Amino acid sequence: MLLVGRLAGAGPAWAGVITPESGGSSNADSIEGLYKIVLIIATVIFCAVAGALVFFLVRYRARPGHVASQIRGNTRLELAWTGAAALILVVLAALTFSSLHGIVTPAASGDDAGAIFATVDQPPAPGDHALHIKVTGRQFVWRFDYPNGAYSYEELQVPIDTTVIVDIYSLDVNHSWWVPKLGGKFDAIPGYVNHTWFKITKPGVFTGQCAELCGQHHAQMIATVRAVPAAAWENWVATQKQLIAQAGTADALAHAKLNSQVGAGQVENP
Amino acid sequence: MATTTSLAPVPQIATHRAEPDRGDWTSWVTTTDHKRIGILYLVTCFVFFMVGGVEALLMRSQLAVPNNTLINAEHYNQLVTMHGTTMIFLFVIPVWAGFANYMVPLMIGARDMAFPRLNALSYWLFVAGGVVFYSSVFWNPPDAGWFSYTPLSNGTYSPTAGQDTWIYLIHLTGLASAIGAINIVVTIATMRAPGMGWGRLPLFCWGVLTQAIMLIVAIPVIAGAVTMLLTDRHFHTCYFDPRCGGSPLLWQHLFWFFGHPEVYIMILPGFGVISEVLPVFARKPIFGYRAIAASTVGIAFLSVLVWAHHMFTAPIPLVVLAFFMISSMAIAVPTGVKVINWVATLWRGSIVFRTPLYFACGFLVLFTLGGLSGVMLAIFPIDWQVHGSYFVVAHFHFVLVAGAVSAVMAAIYFWFPKMTGRMLSESLGKLSFWFQFVGFLVTFGVQHSLGLSGMPRRVYTYNADTGWGTDNLISTIGAFILATGVLLTVFNVVRSLKYGVVAGPDPWKANTLEWFSTSPPPAHNFDVIPKVTSVEPMKDLRAQIAQDSRNARATPTARMRLPVGAAGAVQSATSGGGEHV
Repeated sequence: MLLVGRLAGAGPAWAGVITPESGGSSNADSIEGLYKIVLIIATVIFCAVAGALVFFLVRYRARPGHVASQIRGNTRLELAWTGAAALILVVLAALTFSSLHGIVTPAASGDDAGAIFATVDQPPAPGDHALHIKVTGRQFVWRFDYPNGAYSYEELQVPIDTTVIVDIYSLDVNHSWWVPKLGGKFDAIPGYVNHTWFKITKPGVFTGQCAELCGQHHAQMIATVRAVPAAAWENWVATQKQLIAQAGTADALAHAKLNSQVGAGQVENP
Repeated sequence: MATTTSLAPVPQIATHRAEPDRGDWTSWVTTTDHKRIGILYLVTCFVFFMVGGVEALLMRSQLAVPNNTLINAEHYNQLVTMHGTTMIFLFVIPVWAGFANYMVPLMIGARDMAFPRLNALSYWLFVAGGVVFYSSVFWNPPDAGWFSYTPLSNGTYSPTAGQDTWIYLIHLTGLASAIGAINIVVTIATMRAPGMGWGRLPLFCWGVLTQAIMLIVAIPVIAGAVTMLLTDRHFHTCYFDPRCGGSPLLWQHLFWFFGHPEVYIMILPGFGVISEVLPVFARKPIFGYRAIAASTVGIAFLSVLVWAHHMFTAPIPLVVLAFFMISSMAIAVPTGVKVINWVATLWRGSIVFRTPLYFACGFLVLFTLGGLSGVMLAIFPIDWQVHGSYFVVAHFHFVLVAGAVSAVMAAIYFWFPKMTGRMLSESLGKLSFWFQFVGFLVTFGVQHSLGLSGMPRRVYTYNADTGWGTDNLISTIGAFILATGVLLTVFNVVRSLKYGVVAGPDPWKANTLEWFSTSPPPAHNFDVIPKVTSVEPMKDLRAQIAQDSRNARATPTARMRLPVGAAGAVQSATSGGGEHV
């Protein structure tokens, strides 16, 4: 009971030790809440089974003069614990369905999220606007595409207080998008699009990494999510777009220069 | 167990000409004796178990500290693949084939398997699978993981022949398992001793029979799937390649349609061992024979309906996830019933603390933990957090190492006297148990925390700032404690072959017919096959002998009451321990 009591009031100290990570987005918090209830039920069941086992082992150990009772079973008892096991599982299923809404349905963005995302081609999240990010996994890096055409690798920048809908793609093999504090993981499978969401309320950096074996450098396929205030994010994403455009121009110039020096044919057919 | 219907007569085996045993190694290579094939299986499996264990220790050593450079990324992925594949296809599945081969004919009072030569073929196909697979270590071992997800395992991303050796391993060991399974089903269906109705079949045989039927259902699916992968790799058939219209998800469905029954294929015979060991050492009948047999069949049925719980994070509609959550939870009911019935078997017993009982009780504690974390994983929102992480690694090692391997250990300590005629050392056995139990908890207990704090499985290294260093170091230390425990048992086996106490036919005062024969049994198993009148034929025989010897003291003619010709066999069969009724 002590454990149950401590768990019920468990703070962040338990997260990542006996409960999943949480504290980044409300879906991760809901999963952690559900997990805690299941953990408590499981702990009680385990203590009952292990306790009975140890008690029987001590109480009924062979002693002189002690004879084992030749009991072959008890239909009523057996039906009772079959029913009890089924009942516990029905309760667990009901708990899961009741907490499902908070986990799968994207929360609405906050008031200061800015209005730029509610465009025609981006269907808004329920009741409000959301930011759609295209996340693409490839060996061995994550790429993030922003609505304005900017993109980044490894680090995703998002505004706080905004619902972010993540559309997950893969270019090559299976990967899995997982930032523990921002909710569960979802596989990136070539030929399919997977979805999840998160909403971060205060600025911070959240890390995760690819969770499906994708080849040699699977361990280095890190994902970072940096949450910044909405205004800062708008600046950043505009600057990022500009930088990409500049780099593209510089690249084109370099190409043209190279072509004029050595002849296009040689570059194309080395 | 009162209503046992009459059986067809047991097929009589007429020996026309007996080949003399040449006694050299060729007699082992050409044998069709189920006991020798059983021992060949067990020895071969233990060699692979040692190899798989060394692979695990190498991985644990690499992960002991952050940014370790002991093993590079390429070799680590190869080790992951070799370890998983070895332990599943070359150890746990065939080790049960070994025990089933040796024990099933003895337990049901038969003289051999139904198809002895097919039995030998199974074993040699299994060896061929292992040899083909391990030949890849000289070139390029496979590195796409034991479930070889496409596209990573296709010709573009795994171009070397290592992946093909994995496919051939599945083909060869699968064929071996399917043939062996058919043999088991026919043997149990047709060759039971007179009087042994389905309600008197030993629970180990129920486990093996159900496992065999599951193998027959599941093996063709994986055989088809790996053939499709093979043609994708070499003939561009595009079953699984999205670039030309195939689907990587199809591979996942096919693989796990085999892969989840597979989990129960690995554990059901172990359940059977526990159901045999507990009553013998509690000195009372199993609690709820029918419930345990029925739940075995129930698990088998449900196990083909739960495969997509391995795919909760894939792009699959919510309603499908809900279905597979409920079916996965449903399978916890028969499993839970078994666990409670096992614990109840100890209730009001007179428990004798011998090594097999230690392993059976260790099994109960750890398997219950693994079962409970399994229910957590069945709840798909929770699975979204812990899927593919070290939490899952911990979960399936709880059910496969603490479950299947503990049951294998219990089976070794329980049946070694029957197989060799000598007892294993009790003190070494108990020491081995404690090393394994503590080592196991240390290794895999902390892995739950690693998974919950975000460490994915199959990463060859991690940064110090992740904070995973301490738990990983603890886990590595635990792995070496666990390995010490296993080595103690290996040492115990080797030593006891020569120095063990002579066991006699029935050292445990056990319940089933294998103890009716000598230890080790003769080639033909039994001089006389007794008529079975209950689920515990040996208990009946001991009671009958006690009764008869009392009568014999009173009237010298009382021995006539024994079944015709059985007097000598019963007497020799019970001279070891049977008289202490």
